[in-house]
Amino acid sequence: MSKRYQLLLGLTLMFVLIPQAAFGMHIMEGFLPPVWCISWGAIVIPFLVMGLFSIQKTVKENPRLKMLLAMVGAFTFLLSALKIPSVTGSCSHPTGVGLGAIIFGPTAMTVLGVIVLLFQAILLAHGGLTTLGANTFSMAVIGPLVAFATFRIIEKAKGPRWLAVFLASALGDLLTYVTTSIQLALAFPAETGGFMASLVKFSGIFAVTQIPLAISEGILTVLVFNAITTYSRKELKSLKIFAKEA
Amino acid sequence: MSTEAMKRENKSFTLKYNILLIALVIALAGIPVFVVKDAEFAGADAKAEAAITEINPDYQPWFSSIWEPPSGEIESLLFALQAALGAGFIGYYLGFVRGRSKRESEKND
Repeated sequence: MSKRYQLLLGLTLMFVLIPQAAFGMHIMEGFLPPVWCISWGAIVIPFLVMGLFSIQKTVKENPRLKMLLAMVGAFTFLLSALKIPSVTGSCSHPTGVGLGAIIFGPTAMTVLGVIVLLFQAILLAHGGLTTLGANTFSMAVIGPLVAFATFRIIEKAKGPRWLAVFLASALGDLLTYVTTSIQLALAFPAETGGFMASLVKFSGIFAVTQIPLAISEGILTVLVFNAITTYSRKELKSLKIFAKEA
Repeated sequence: MSTEAMKRENKSFTLKYNILLIALVIALAGIPVFVVKDAEFAGADAKAEAAITEINPDYQPWFSSIWEPPSGEIESLLFALQAALGAGFIGYYLGFVRGRSKRESEKND
């Protein structure tokens, strides 16, 4: 199935599932008006569909990559369970999606991210089922896309590999929470000052808290990435992005 | 210097470097606890809830979690379980590939 066809299929599903009436750390259960829940949920669908096909293709071409795929999934699972204190006096957790996005591409991480978010929504009352779409969009769509793009840009510019991995995962983490702030500001514009006033407020809560955590995630991702490149060179070489390396 | 010695040198450099990086991560998480006074260190999501109520006092959450861990202890158990599963598999994988690459390099010698 071609990429274009996959995208088409995803977009079709998205438009079919968008409700007609809607003109238009994770967000808590019930804390996003229904219109937004459904809209974000619909936007996520094409990425999810493309991700499923991308994973299927990767595994089919080289079944040995299954282990590495599980490993990047485990990394997200681990990092999103760690609630870490931050300079703002509140806690948040990293996302861990950067590693997988660098190795397997952004849409594969949409699929793995949804699994983590579902686990946390159902068993931990963290995030939520109604806000799953919005949280998937920030953590499993924007985060991986930013990480993937950052990595490619620095690689193209011939920057050092560790810097590319560090910035990719740190920015992916940070932008996830900037997205969360935007989503909340869109749903809850302040009476005076509107969207911007709310955005400043929510960014102060989510994004600022996230800065030291994003740096931590960047460092941890570099450590794990180095281990993978040392011991799983073969698997990496079979992937398109690292194909050129000896 | 023989290649064997160079390899060993390289390895101890990597180890030092890795320990330094891990120490940095621990410092990043540990320092706020001691530096930020009178902080509750609640979740950022709980703070956002308060901010929403401030912006729109009439807002009522329209859906609540289908199941909530009955206590903070059980919640932390589940979070620990999630972390353990993740870390467990990462450890298994790294051990597996390390053993494999060692075996292969011995075969080549």
